[in-house]
Parts: sequence; structure tokens; C-alpha cells
Amino acid sequence: MGERGREGCCPPMDLMRSEPMHLVQLIIPIESAHRTISYLGDLGLIQFKDLNAEKSPFQRTYANQIKRCGEMARKLRFFREQILKAGFSPAVRSVTEADLNLDDVEVKLGDLEAELVEINANGEKLQRTYNELAEYKLVIQKAGEFFHSALSSAEAQQREFASNQSGEESLETPLLSEQEMTTDPSKQVKLGFTAGLVPREKSIAFERILFRATRGNVFLKQAVVDNPVTDPVSGEKVEKNVFAVFFSGERAKNKILKICDAFGANRYPFSEDLGKQAQMITEVSGRLSELKTTIDAGLVHRGNLLQTIGEQFERWNFLVRREKSIYHTLNMLSIDVTKKCLVAEGWSPVFATKQIQDALHRATQDCNSQVDAIFQVLHTREMPPTYFQTNKFTSAFQEIVDAYGVAKYQEANPGVYTIVTFPFLFAVMFGDWGHGICLLLGTLYFIIREKKLSSQKLGDIMEMTFGGRYVILLMSLFSIYTGFIYNEFFSVPFEFFSRSAYSCRDLSCSEATTVGLIKARDTYPFGVDPAWYGSRSELPFLNSMKMKMSILLGVAQMNLGIILSYFNSKFFGNSINTWFQFIPQMIFLNSLFGYLSVLVIIKWCTGSKADLYHVMIYMFLSPTDEIGENQLFPGQKTTQLVLLLLAFVSVPWMLLPKPFLLKLQHDRHRGQYAPLPDSEESLQSESNQDSHGHEEFEFSEIFVHQLIHTIEFVLGAVSNTASYLRLWALSLAHSELSTVFYEKVLLLAWGYNNVIIIIVGIIIFICATVGVLLVMETLSAFLHALRLHWVEFQNKFYEGDGYKFYPYSFALIDYEEE
Amino acid sequence: MYGFEAMTFNIHGGYLEAIVRGHRSGLLTAADYNNLCQCETLEDIKMHLSATEYGPYLQNEPSPLHTTTIVEKCTLKLVDEYKQMLCQATEPLSTFLEYITYGHMIDNVVLIVTGTLHERDVQELLEKCHPLGMFDSIATLAVAQNMKELYRLVLVDTPLAPYFSECITSEDLDDMNIEIMRNTLYKAYLEDFYRFCQKLGGATAEIMSDLLAFEADRRAVNITINSIGTELTRDDRRKLYSSFGLLYPYGHEELAVSEDIDQVRAVMEKYPPYQSIFSKLSYGESQLLDKAFYEEEVKRLCLAFEQQFHYGVFFAYMRLREQEIRNLMWISECVAQNQKSRVHDSVVFIF
Repeated sequence: MGERGREGCCPPMDLMRSEPMHLVQLIIPIESAHRTISYLGDLGLIQFKDLNAEKSPFQRTYANQIKRCGEMARKLRFFREQILKAGFSPAVRSVTEADLNLDDVEVKLGDLEAELVEINANGEKLQRTYNELAEYKLVIQKAGEFFHSALSSAEAQQREFASNQSGEESLETPLLSEQEMTTDPSKQVKLGFTAGLVPREKSIAFERILFRATRGNVFLKQAVVDNPVTDPVSGEKVEKNVFAVFFSGERAKNKILKICDAFGANRYPFSEDLGKQAQMITEVSGRLSELKTTIDAGLVHRGNLLQTIGEQFERWNFLVRREKSIYHTLNMLSIDVTKKCLVAEGWSPVFATKQIQDALHRATQDCNSQVDAIFQVLHTREMPPTYFQTNKFTSAFQEIVDAYGVAKYQEANPGVYTIVTFPFLFAVMFGDWGHGICLLLGTLYFIIREKKLSSQKLGDIMEMTFGGRYVILLMSLFSIYTGFIYNEFFSVPFEFFSRSAYSCRDLSCSEATTVGLIKARDTYPFGVDPAWYGSRSELPFLNSMKMKMSILLGVAQMNLGIILSYFNSKFFGNSINTWFQFIPQMIFLNSLFGYLSVLVIIKWCTGSKADLYHVMIYMFLSPTDEIGENQLFPGQKTTQLVLLLLAFVSVPWMLLPKPFLLKLQHDRHRGQYAPLPDSEESLQSESNQDSHGHEEFEFSEIFVHQLIHTIEFVLGAVSNTASYLRLWALSLAHSELSTVFYEKVLLLAWGYNNVIIIIVGIIIFICATVGVLLVMETLSAFLHALRLHWVEFQNKFYEGDGYKFYPYSFALIDYEEE
Repeated sequence: MYGFEAMTFNIHGGYLEAIVRGHRSGLLTAADYNNLCQCETLEDIKMHLSATEYGPYLQNEPSPLHTTTIVEKCTLKLVDEYKQMLCQATEPLSTFLEYITYGHMIDNVVLIVTGTLHERDVQELLEKCHPLGMFDSIATLAVAQNMKELYRLVLVDTPLAPYFSECITSEDLDDMNIEIMRNTLYKAYLEDFYRFCQKLGGATAEIMSDLLAFEADRRAVNITINSIGTELTRDDRRKLYSSFGLLYPYGHEELAVSEDIDQVRAVMEKYPPYQSIFSKLSYGESQLLDKAFYEEEVKRLCLAFEQQFHYGVFFAYMRLREQEIRNLMWISECVAQNQKSRVHDSVVFIF
């Protein structure tokens, strides 16, 4: 990301609040407008406002240029399609910023398109002839076979007949003699016929229609062509049948011809004479080979043309896309009355002022324009867009926040804290350093091959994983950390940091599970003592620990949220929120659950056996009763009474003052302007105030809103704290699942002492670990961490009703189009 | 099962209903039409349409555009959507969807037969056919010389076959009896469709019978107006009216004897739903009748979307899209022929 000078010693705190923005107005002389916008697009730090929103696209100033660009883009799409069809791939982008003139390119594209279209048309014509000839050849061959076989069968019949004739006359001898049958050719009906090809799926309907149309006075013979034939008309490969229809009479002929046309059956002239047929075949074959060479030559020519296009393609495409976006932007500017300059308005970050001015200046110089473009900052009450300068590491975390809602302009950004809290909360649920290492290896693969992977297209899910690689990296590191704390490695505890603090009472360790162990050494230095695993009190111990830890983490995170709301109200100068929202909220949460957390810590430190449930419940039910054995520290009863009282006071404190104060404030504003109705200045300011400032002030609405807010907070304090127990629940589920897979699959298989069973067991174990623990559990822990951030954390302070800064930038445009 | 569609409709029809409602929200709005009417050239229209759902269909058209290309591409979009829905549909929705296209089939048959009668090229005629009404052997229609042959050769294989029973004659085809054939077929088709919808029952029957009744009545009026002054006898005329609808049966009796447009008007004004249509027209005026009917139809079709769990939305959507394409065609023609003053004559705003 861009380096920029910051005064002071502190590191830039870019992510804490979004960049300060201002609305700028640029007045650009019309002759340098194009270049100016192009330079600003290179810079990519200004978001133009559409000043012509009421105009339809074709009424705008540069509609014609956009149309031209659209036309060129169409030609380029045509080229791309042709190139891909021909099996080339467009050359890799050469990022040479050679000065290409749009007009030249347009002319060139036009010429090339015309040439290509002509070559295609010629090629098509040739191809069509070729296909027709190929079909013709098929017809001659196949139909020739009909005639041949018919002839031979006729000869056979005749021979049979002749042999019959030569024999004695029998009953079977036809009454009409042979002479009568064969002679008198003038009277013989001349059978017409036609032959051709018909698509196979239509052949049955074809036969049926022929039959119906001629009332059966037709003889159709078909033969299947084995290989699909290229249809001359459509140019597609179609399965076809060769047919020959025999008919008599002129009317039948007309009908049959029409039917053939209707069915897309291609007819070919055909002669009965065998000799002629052979002659035709040779002729057709000759022409076929001739055509083949012509077509090949044409293809080579076309290939060359496409190759040259392919070399330039990316450059042109790049240029056209840019030009189109420039004209789109120009269309958003309003044109001055004198038609000499364009007026642009847009949001830009304050730090970019210098760069923008530089770009404007450069554009003026490069255009040899007389007048410099004017840059001025406008004052407005409109809410500016939210712009965070993220890098490849922080962007994924910012995405997590943005998915909930884009931060209001300059409001405290939860994204900063999310970077740590998100992976940490995830890891609390996913604590196992073995699984953590697997995740780490996976994400390291992505990070190491980052350059290569980011340039290619991945699948949907892969894309998401790849985008979140740094989130996963932190998630895996934190789960290794919590894994050490939980002392779990695929659910197996290790004595990693020292020997376990506990040992058996006797050598045989026979009573370990019933009576327990004795403490023999110092406390285990880091994490859970491995001796807990497998003991009878494993679950009660771990549950109690994780549950309490979840409460502590939750209260801490919610406190952070409330504190952030203080920073927000301080930043926006809203003291009402500080006094009547932040403070009572702090008091309420901490007097109940803050106190609980303190009790937890005291209990841990002192090793007291007090029942915290009991303490908390009776703090409400009977606050004045003696605490008795549950006493954790002296003066506990008084403290509890005070805290309870504070909690009760803070509820009306949250609810009542704020709406009344707002009403007062509103009325005061009214009162200020009311006595000066005749002064012009005040009128103006009042109208400004009215149009931009507070709109309708509806007390009941504000009050109801505050009521809802208060109820939500009070109930939320309880339910959100309870919600953090999901940290414990998921962590429990995770460790139990991995124990099950380890003990019931791996150890069980191991017990059989059979190589095959062991191998199968290991395979099942690996599949279950990867599928269930590494994929599904990761996903569910991720979702729960997401929920804890969106709901429990962010609802304490985050408004999230801003809109994103979307600068006009060539880099973004190029990225999008791909 | 009237009233219980909500329980079972979504099992088979829910997905497609969602799809069709999605398609509906892509219809052009009044704002779009206002913009389109301001276009100066066909390029402008293309540019405007490229921001709508028609964009992908028009973007690869080379520059000198023609009205026919625009209409063709827009129709292609409708056909694609229809085919997609038909693929997904199960019984009885698929039959219902097929019924929608029979009207186009009838038109296509008539187009081809008339065309061949006037010795046009079959290929050219085929291009003019509505793609929704295509069937396999449609080109063979050109072979037929009279109704009987038409039926025996081609139509017996199509879904139109049952509708033909009333008009099989061995007379040679001429313009007059082709027109009669069209109307007889249409009458049979509408009646069949009506029966089918009644059989489906529920909200589908309720809504479709309303829409089809309107269609039938409109055809009755059109038949009457078009047959005034021709040699068609009153009895023949009465035979062409569909046997349902608001006008059936008494209105038909009166329409059958009407001799001029004002008599038709007098008949129609007795029916309150049609009063508003005719009250817009001045006496003796029949030019604007079409538009008035279209507007009324669009209004009714839009209302079909107000209710859920019925098939009427599919019919309504197809009809609305067709109306939209007619609008686009009219606007494009006006723009292409520099008749922009007449743009508003025939455009029916949908929303």
C-alpha cells in the first residue's frame, strides 16, 4: 500500500478510523478533460459523483464515444471468440504503455473485422461446397449400393424365372408370359427417383409424411451413414441417413420435392447408370481434394491473421476498456454553461490532495492547455464514504467486519481488534496444537505460493480459503497456543514443559483412579497438567475451567465494545452518549458480570470452595441474607448490595435522561433562530439547518428507540454473557470428538495387531480428522467466532451504516473485467 | 382443493413461480419506456436496453441495427426463458406451459399456409414464424393443398389435431377460409385451455378463467368488427365465438347480428367491465380499440401476480413479455422511420 509521510512519531493508525475525506470540486477545461480523467484513473483515489443522474445514458455528453467503445468492445469480443475457436490463446498481456490512439485502433479494428468476416465468409462458402460434395459422394456410394443390390437381386430373380421357364409348365407359371411383361416399353411407367441425405432423427417422420402425402405410392429406401456428416447449411455434425425415393408421376414428384425441402433433406442428382456413377465418384473425389487444399490454404491465412490479432489483442482490449470507463466518468461530470469546461465533484481522501493536484497539473502540461484545472474543496454535510487503507494482511479482517456493515464515516473500526480477537476466540474453540499445525501447513502453502495462486482462477471454495489465508494463519497460530494451554495434540496430552506435578500414591498406581494422586512436584508451568487427562475428574475440571474462562473472555470483550462506544461519542463530540449511555452501561455490565469475573479470579487465586452460582443467584433473590460458607472476601455482602443498587440505578439512567435531553437540545435550537426571522443571513442558515440538519424531531419515536435500546442492552448483558459460553461448548465438543476418533478408531485398530486393520484404522482416522475436525469443526468454530464478533461485540458500539469508498481506478476496472 | 394450494403448491411449482416472478421484475417500467421514447436512433435503443435484462442478447449485434434484429433478440430471450421453465416444469404445469404456445402454433400454421398460397418462399416464411409456435414438421405445411390434406399430412401429429375436427373440408384453401380456420382453431383452443384450467381447479382456475374469458370476448369483438361487410353469414359468425366468457351466450347473439361498429359498441356497453374500454373511444372509432383492449389486458395480467400459488402467473408473464416486445417493436419502428410523434400511439405501459 502507498507509503505516505505522517507527522509525528506514532505509527500510522490508519485502521482505527477511516480516512478523513473531503468533497472536492474539479473544474477541468474541456480540452484536457480526457487526459485528466485518465491520470486520475491511474491514481485511483477519487470517487466521482454522478452529477447527471437525471439524464438517461444516451442523452449525456459523451454518449457517442461510449457507443464507439461499445462497438469496439464488440469487435474485440468477436476476435476473442474467433481466436479461441481457432485454438489460439491471446498473448499474455504486455504492460507496455505504448501510446495507442483510439481512433487508429478503431479504424484498424474495423479493417480487421471486415477482413476476418470476409475470410470467414469465403471459408464458409468453400466449406459448404466441400460438405455438399462429401454428402454427394456418400449418396453416390450408398445409393449406388441400392441399385447394385437391386440389380443383382433382379438378375437372380430373372435367372430363377428363366430356369422356371425352361422347365415344364406347372401350376405356378404365371398366366402372363414373359414377353408380355418385358416388352412394350412405351407403355411402361417410367419411375422417377430422387436421392439424398436426411437427418436421422427426422427420418421416421420423413418416411411417414412421404407415405401420407403420396398415399403410399412411393418406395423409400434408406441406409445409415455410420459417421456423423457435416451438414452443409448449418455446418454442424449431424447423424444422417442416405435415402432414395422412387415415385411415379409429376404431382408426386412436386410433393416429394417440397417435403424434402421441408425436412432439410439435401437432394443430389444421381444417375442410374453404373458407369456414370463410377465416373461421378472419381470426379467428385478429385474436386474434393482440390477444395481441401484451397480450404487449408484459407485456414492458414486465417490463422496468420488471428495470430497477429492475438498479439495485439490484450493491448487493444486494455485500451478500449479504459477509454470506455473514462467516457463513462466524463459523462458523470456536468458541463459548464459556456461549454468550455467540465465540473466534477467527488470524494477523495484528504491525504491524496497533493497527488490529485499533481495529476491535474501534469494533465494540463501534457495537453498544452492554456488553463490549469481548478481544484477546490467543497463543504458539505453529506456523509463521506468510508475508506480504509488495507493491505493483503488486514484486508481479510476488514472484510469480516464489512460483511456485517460498512463502518460509518470515521467511526471506531472494530476491524483493528478483530485481527487479534477473532483468531483468538476461534482458537479457544479449536484448541489442539496438532490440528493447529495441520491448518498452519495448509495456509503456509497458500502464503508461499501466493504470487502464483493469486494470478489464476481458483474454484469458489478455494477462492474463499485463499482470500482468508492470513486469517487462517493467525487462527492456526492461536490454536497451537491454546492447544498448548489445553495440552492437547490430537487429544493426546504431552508432558512438554516439565513432568506432571502429580504422581501415584504407590508404585503400582492401583488407586489412581479412585483415591487420586498426590502432588509431588511444582505446579505444571504452562497449561493444563497432563495428569488430568484420563482421570475421573477430567471433565468436571476442564468444564469448570473453560466455562469460567469463557465468561472472563466475554466480559472483557464486551467491556472493550462499550469502551469503544465511549471513543465514538468522544470523537463525535456527543457528551450525552458518554454520560447517559456509556457510563450506565459500564456500571450495569460490570456490577453484575464484572463482579462475577472478579469472583472467578478470586476463587482461582485463593482456591476457595465457594459456590459461585449460589452467590450470584442469591445476590438477586435475597441480597440481605448472610452469605455463609460462600464468602470469598470480607465485606462481600455490602459490596454486593452496593453493586446491585448501582445496577438498578443504571437502568433508568440509561433510559430516561437521553430522550429528554435531546428534546431540550432540539427546542433550544428552535428557540435560537426563532427571534430573528427577518435577517437574511439567519434565514439562509435556518433553511440550511432545516434541509441538512435534524429533520423531523419526533419525541415519541426517540423515546421508543431509547426504550428498545435499553431493554436490548439489559437483556443483552445476560444473554450475551451466556452466549460466550459457546466458547466452552465448542471447545468441549472439539476435544471430545478428537478423543473419540483417537480412542475408538486409532487405538482400537492398534489393538488388533493386524496390519490390514491398522492400515484401515489409520485411513479412517485420517479421513475423520481431516473431514470432521479440520474442515467442519474449523467452519463451525469460524462461524461462532464470527457471531461473537458481529452480535456480542459489535452491537455495543458499531453503527455500520456507512458506504464504501469506491474510487475510479483503472486497477479496479481491470480486476473487475477479468 | 381450493384454498389449500398453499400447502402443496410449492412442492412442484414453488421454484418456477419464484423464477417467473423474478422474470417479471425484469420487465421494463414506465421510466424505461419514457427513456426509450426519447431515443433518436436504434443505437440509442440498444444502448438503453443494454442496461436492462436484454443486455446480453443485444451486446454482440454489429452496428447497423434493424428493428427486426432487436425484436428477434428480445423474442429469443423470451423463448430461452420459456424453454428453461418448461424444462423444469412437472405435470400439470408443463402441460399448462405448452398450452400457452398453442396460440402461436395456430398463428404459425396460418402464416405458412397463407404464405404458400401467395407463393412465398417457405424459408422466408419460417423466419417470420414465432419461435414459440414451432413444431417439427411445420415446413411441410407448404405441401398441403386443402384443409383435409393439411390435417392428414401435418397437423395430425401436432397438439392442434383435436381442434381441427370442425374445419376439415376438402375445399381448396383461400384467404377467407384460412381466416375462418384460424378463428375456428382459436375457438377450439381457447375452449380446450379453459376446460383444462377448470380441471386444474383452485386459484389457477379462478384466475385463468377470468383471463381466458377476456381473451375470448376480445376475439369475439374483433371477429365481429372484422367480419362486418364481408360475406360471412351471421350463423357462421356465431360459430366462431368461443362458448364461454362474459358475453356468452346473450352477448354473442347480439354481436352476431351487429352490422356496424356502433352496434357492437351498444352491445358491449351493457357489460360493465367493458364499459370503460368503450367509453374511451369516440363513436365510430375502431382504430384505438386494439390499444384499449391491450391496456385492459395488461391491467388484468398484472393483477394475476397479486395472488400466489397458481399457474396464471406463467400465462400472465408470457403475455406481458409479448406485449413488451410489441412495444419495443413499435418504438423501434417509429424511431427507425422518424415518426417519433406517433410513438405513444401504440405503446402500452406495463408498470
